[in-house]
Amino acid sequence: MRKYYSFFKLRFATGMQYRMASVTALTTQLVWGLMECLAYKAIAEASDGSLPMNYASIVTYIWLKEALFALFNTWAADNDLFAMITNGDIAYELCRPVSIYSMWFSRTIGARIAEAVMRCIPVLLCAFLMPKPYRMTLPVSGMSFLLFLLTLFLALGITVTFCMIVYMLCFFTISPQGWRMVLTGAVDFLSGNIIPLPFFPKKYLFLLELSPFAYMQNVPFRIYSGDLAGAEIYPCIAKQIFWLAALLLLGIAIWKQAEKRVVVQGG
Amino acid sequence: MEIKKNIKLYMKYASVCTQSVMQYKVSFLLMIIGRFLLAFCELIAIKFLFYGFTQIKGYTYGDILLCFSVIQMSFTFAELFGNGFKVFSGMVRSGEFDRMMLRPCSLILQVMGSRFEVGRTGPLLTAFFTLVLGIRHSQVTWNLMTVWTIAAMTIGGTLLFMGLFVLEASFCFFSIEDTSLINVLTYGAKTHGKYPIDIYGKGILRFCTYVIPYTLIQYYPLQFLLGKTRSWYLALCPFGIVVFLLFCYLIWRFGVKNYKSCGS
Repeated sequence: MRKYYSFFKLRFATGMQYRMASVTALTTQLVWGLMECLAYKAIAEASDGSLPMNYASIVTYIWLKEALFALFNTWAADNDLFAMITNGDIAYELCRPVSIYSMWFSRTIGARIAEAVMRCIPVLLCAFLMPKPYRMTLPVSGMSFLLFLLTLFLALGITVTFCMIVYMLCFFTISPQGWRMVLTGAVDFLSGNIIPLPFFPKKYLFLLELSPFAYMQNVPFRIYSGDLAGAEIYPCIAKQIFWLAALLLLGIAIWKQAEKRVVVQGG
Repeated sequence: MEIKKNIKLYMKYASVCTQSVMQYKVSFLLMIIGRFLLAFCELIAIKFLFYGFTQIKGYTYGDILLCFSVIQMSFTFAELFGNGFKVFSGMVRSGEFDRMMLRPCSLILQVMGSRFEVGRTGPLLTAFFTLVLGIRHSQVTWNLMTVWTIAAMTIGGTLLFMGLFVLEASFCFFSIEDTSLINVLTYGAKTHGKYPIDIYGKGILRFCTYVIPYTLIQYYPLQFLLGKTRSWYLALCPFGIVVFLLFCYLIWRFGVKNYKSCGS
C-alpha cells in the first residue's frame, strides 16, 4: 500500500507545479460557466417555469461542473501513459515490482485530485461572489453536503476506473488516439457534461440510468444543488458502488489479458 | 505567377500531409468519427433542450440550427487550413520555425501547409446535416441574397477564426509562457456561438462587437438572414473581417521581425 501511496504523492506534487496554467484555466472556466448561466437564463425565460430543473439548481450544477472539471474530465487523460504504450517505455514499467493497474490507478487519481484542488478554490470563490441570479448556492443541508462528498468520491472512482479501461484497451491497438476520442466524446455527453441529465427525454434517460455514465458527475452535483433529494439518493449510491466494483473488475480482467500479450513498441 | 506557384506548393503540402495520415487508416477513420461524434452530441443537446419550449428570445429551433451549423463549419474550415498556427508554439520550441525562415518561401504558406490535417473534417458532417435540418425547420425564404448571406457568414467566420489562430501564434514571439488564454476566444466562440449572441445579453453583445468582431459574422448577418430586419446592408458585414485579419497579420509581421530563436 505504501508504494501506491508514493505514486499518488508523486503525481500530486507534479500537478502542483503548473501554477501559470491554472490562471489560464480559471479564466476559461469562469467564461464558460458565465456563458452557460446566461444561456440557461434565456432558456429559463423562454420556457416559463417548465424546465426539468429550477434555475438556481442549474446555476449551481454549472459552477460545480466548472470547479471540479478536472475530476470528471475523461478528455484530459494522462498523456504520459498513452505515450508509454506507444513508444515502448512500458517495458520499464513492467520491470517494476508493482501491479501496473494499481500503479496507474493511483497516479491517475492523484493527478486528478491535485488538479481539482488547485482549480476548484478560485472558481468556487468567484462563483460565490457572482451577482445574484448567477451566484452559486450553499448546499441545502449539512446532510446533503456529506452525501455530496461521499458520492463525489464514488463518482471519481467510477470515472477513473472507466479511464483505466480506456488505457488498457490501448494495449490492443497501435494508435490509441482515435479510440480515445470516440470513447471520451461519448462519455462527455452521456455523463451530463454538455447538458445536465434531467434535460434528457424520459425514454433515453431510462436507458442511460442502466449504464455507469449516469453515476459519474450527475449524482453528486444534483445532490448538492438539491435536485436529487430524499429517498431517491440511496439507490443511486448503491448503484454507484455496484458500477465502481464492476468497472474495477472489468479493468483488471482486461489488464490480465493485455499483460499476456504486451508488444513493446519502438526502442 | 507568384500566386500560382504558391497555390501549387500548398497543394503539394496538403497532399503530402494527407498521404502521411493515410498510412494509419483505422486511426484516421476513428479520428473523423470521434470528431463527428463530439459535434453531433452538441446537436442532440440542442434538440433535447428544445423539448421544453418552441423559441428562445425570438429564435426558433431551426434558426438556432442554422447558427450552430455556420459556426461549426467556420471553425472546422479554420482548423483545417490554420492548424499550423494552432500548434505554432511547438514549431518554435522544436526549432522547426527557424528552419522555415531559411527557406526562400512565404512563412505563412509553410506554417499553414506543414500541418494540414484532413482528420479535422469530422465536424463538417455534423455541420452539413445540421444545415439541412436547419433549412427544413426555419422559415427563411431562400433566394440569391440569403444564400449569399449564409455563405458569407461561413467564409467570414473561417477567416475570423484563422485570424484568432494567427494572433495566438503571434503571442509565442512575445512570451514563452502558456498562450492558451486565447483558446477562450476560439473554443469559447465555437462552443457558445451556437446561440445568436444577443441571447447572452447586452454586455456580451458589446464585447463581441467592439473587442473581437464575432457579431460581424454571426449576429448582424443573421438578423437579415432570418428576416428580422429589411436592412440588406447587414448581409455585407462579413466583409468587415478583412480589417480584423489585416490587424492580425500586422501583429504577426511585427512578431516575425522581432523574433529571436530560443536556440534549440
